[in-house]
Amino acid sequence: MAVLETVIGLEVHVELGTRTKIFCSCATEFGAPPNSHVCPVCLGSPGALPVLNEQALALGVRAALALNCRVPAESKFDRKNYFYPDSPKAYQISQYDEPIGQHGFVEIVVGGEKKRIGVTRVHLEEDAGKLNHSPYGDVSLVDLNRVGIPLIEIVSEPDIRSAEEARLYLEEIRSIMQYCLVSECRMEEGSLRCDANISLRPMGQREFGTKTEIKNMNSFRNVQRGLEYEQERQAAMLARGESVAQQTLRWDEATGATLLMRSKEDAHDYRYFPDPDLPRILLSAAYIEARRGEIPELPARKRERFEREYGLPAYDAGVLTASRELAEYFDQTAQRVRDPKSASNWIMGELLANLKAAALLIDEIQVTPLALADLIGLIEDGTISAKIAKTLLKDMLDTGKDAKTLIAEQGLVQISDEGELRAVAERVLAANRKSVDDYRAGKEKALGSLVGQMMKETKGKANPQIVNRVLLELISGRE
Amino acid sequence: MDFFSSLRELHTGLTRRETTASELLDWSLQRIAAVDDRVRAFLHVSAPRGDSDRRMGADIAADRMLAGIPYALKDNMCTRGIETTCASHILKGYIPPYSATVVERLDDAGAALVGKLNMDEFAMGSSTENSGFFPTRNPWDLERVPGGSSGGAAAAVASGMVPFALGSDTGGSIRQPAAFCGVVGLKPSYGLVSRFGLVAFASSLDQIGPLTHTVEDAAIVLQAIAGKDGRDSTSAHIQTPDYRAALTGDIRGLRIGIAEEYFGPSVDAGVRGTVMKAVALLEQLGAVVSPISLPHTEYALSAYYLIAPAEASSNLARYDGVRYGFRAVDAENLMDMYEKTRSAGFGPEVKRRILIGTYALSAGYYDEYYKRAQQVRTLIRQDFERAFADVDVIVSPTAPTTAFRLGEKVLDPLTMYLSDICTVPVNLAGLPAISVPCGLIEGLPVGLQMIGRMFDEETLLRAAHAYEQAAGMAPLRPELAMEVKA
Ligand SMILES: [Zn+2]
Repeated sequence: MAVLETVIGLEVHVELGTRTKIFCSCATEFGAPPNSHVCPVCLGSPGALPVLNEQALALGVRAALALNCRVPAESKFDRKNYFYPDSPKAYQISQYDEPIGQHGFVEIVVGGEKKRIGVTRVHLEEDAGKLNHSPYGDVSLVDLNRVGIPLIEIVSEPDIRSAEEARLYLEEIRSIMQYCLVSECRMEEGSLRCDANISLRPMGQREFGTKTEIKNMNSFRNVQRGLEYEQERQAAMLARGESVAQQTLRWDEATGATLLMRSKEDAHDYRYFPDPDLPRILLSAAYIEARRGEIPELPARKRERFEREYGLPAYDAGVLTASRELAEYFDQTAQRVRDPKSASNWIMGELLANLKAAALLIDEIQVTPLALADLIGLIEDGTISAKIAKTLLKDMLDTGKDAKTLIAEQGLVQISDEGELRAVAERVLAANRKSVDDYRAGKEKALGSLVGQMMKETKGKANPQIVNRVLLELISGRE
Repeated sequence: MDFFSSLRELHTGLTRRETTASELLDWSLQRIAAVDDRVRAFLHVSAPRGDSDRRMGADIAADRMLAGIPYALKDNMCTRGIETTCASHILKGYIPPYSATVVERLDDAGAALVGKLNMDEFAMGSSTENSGFFPTRNPWDLERVPGGSSGGAAAAVASGMVPFALGSDTGGSIRQPAAFCGVVGLKPSYGLVSRFGLVAFASSLDQIGPLTHTVEDAAIVLQAIAGKDGRDSTSAHIQTPDYRAALTGDIRGLRIGIAEEYFGPSVDAGVRGTVMKAVALLEQLGAVVSPISLPHTEYALSAYYLIAPAEASSNLARYDGVRYGFRAVDAENLMDMYEKTRSAGFGPEVKRRILIGTYALSAGYYDEYYKRAQQVRTLIRQDFERAFADVDVIVSPTAPTTAFRLGEKVLDPLTMYLSDICTVPVNLAGLPAISVPCGLIEGLPVGLQMIGRMFDEETLLRAAHAYEQAAGMAPLRPELAMEVKA
């Protein structure tokens, strides 16, 4: 049996972060009581008409540009017709053959190598409602709050070759959307959703194998798990000499398997046609350029710059660019310290650990990048020890005060005066003759105990480098 | 005064306190009580309640032409709290949660809604015989149809039950019944009047307009309902002019085009003769008449009967029994509920058009049908553009015949579709057009259609008004209406 190659394409739905729905003024708020954010327009009441939300269009265009798409001067909305109770008009307003974005790409890093995944198209559409099984009997209850929530659908080229690449691509999309303030992309709230097409073919063959579509992979982990499962299922079928049937499958997290939703024969004819209620979308070059101007430095570019400009290892650059807020925090801190790597260490280490413990986000804390840079500066110039700085950082997070204020309040300035430390050291050595003897006898560890005594005497404020030097000088001087 | 008086006369009566708003309302209700058991124009009478008289009375002022004036609406325009059915069983009992923009504007103007009018189900038809409830009769001959689909609106105005009504026109549905019933019917340019709250039949063709006794009345009502509406994306950014100011009576030098394509063999000889007499009168008034050609007219009906049903098949898909209106009770599952609800709720003509439209949009047929029909639509629009380079108004019969007998064409939908032959191209091009009475043949009214340039309602109304004044036959009064005097 030939070696098989996996071919994956993803269809990603991203909810646009508008305050109101795409064709009416109902709120988009998540988690409201069923059918509380509805009006004649999104309910599809007879006679009601859609009016495009300008903000949804602007975010959609910004997203398309951020995915390196070409945004044409003209596009249009179409109706996708189907009967189902989640769709009160019995059609979804979407874009069929003239989407707002085409021919884009996203770059991911796989095993240290850059790889480009093509983006076929980005189009605007409205979300559908939700059907819930009734707790009161054998019926379904319809919640139409989600009808009309603005979405973009991002369709990739079949350029993805593994489940891991699929996850990386999806993570990159999330990151880009978050950086552009297009969407919060919370998978648990459904504001980022992913369907996948997957097929296998003998390595080197150009024609695609028969694909299956997998739905309901509602977390990054599940995207990878679902695709890995389906890849193995298809491979096993092919190995047995069976052929893969073109089907739509549902990923079932509980059983860790894909289940049949419908086969090809049940495929819908959606009878797309241009929506006569909505004029064509006409975008001026100035409008498109204005949206382009709203795109900040994107994560891939930022990672490269952090490595180049600040000399960070790839790992650090990756962690620090995970969110736009964190990256900006680091960027501003790093510009104010002597060694950017120390800013990286402090943010990735102590700061993120504290945030995690307090369940806070970087943009919710009282410590500004300037205050953190000052704290790092105080370590660099020997005013305080790293150990005290850790305690101080906690206090800064709790009180919002800066390091200098706290140091003054708590009398924490590091003792770097050699005369003062020499006097303390003489007292310590006199009181610990045994340790001095042990050290001289070759027990290196004994020095640590003496340093500890020094720190105890100075309440931890002694400059550790000077302490070390003074102790060694005094011990050797007594020989 | 009665409801054959012009809106201007009624308004003057109100401002001079010769009559009151509640007296006008009483007239209307009395006339409906007296004649509507024979005409059957109304689906529901829903006269304003309570202290409406005081409210309306207080509003009557010189600049509020419609304050205190009763009117009625074709039942495909949403009225908050008042049943709106489109004359279909599938919407029986449906009470809209909001009012159409035109209704709000007439409310603001102080007009008083008397009731909702019969129509062909979902505006699909040319005789009002496709109403899901009952047919409406022509006040000129109760054995004949009033035309359609706004047959109830035309019949209500023609028999003096209300001084004006609003209809909707997708392929002639205001103009053809206006012609059959001897009233004025105006289809404004697409986008001039908001469609918000008009239950959609074919969204790219539908337009609301007035049915009145005179052209001036049509101008007054248009003034109240026209203009940009932020709730309808297809509503045009047009600064509405003073339409009544355009009615100068002077059409000297006006260039009028006559297209031979509108006088084809399906046009009855009597109708042709009557219309040509009207053209001669226009010439006497100083208009310059010349022949023009609209060569793609012969394809208009085919294109229309693909585009309108295609849009309708999608627009009417929402009537599924899930949220409002009629739902079949004995369904076994979801699919069964859809099928039984829609099978029982829609009448045969609506089903026919949903099927045609669904077919025209289906994979593999879209290019051949829907797309080609749209290409034909472009050619028809270009025909008009070329013609309007040389003329200001195009004149034709509104309908090829006068009102036909009830039942005469019901079993032959293709012949029925031919009644729209002069009106359909206008909707495909989005242009404004008006039907004005131009004579009687064997006691039945004939309509003269005038077509104008896009958003040039002023020239159109000026021409129609000048003709009407010179012809001196407005308002036409059927015998039935003479019986009841105020
Ligand atoms: Zn809404």
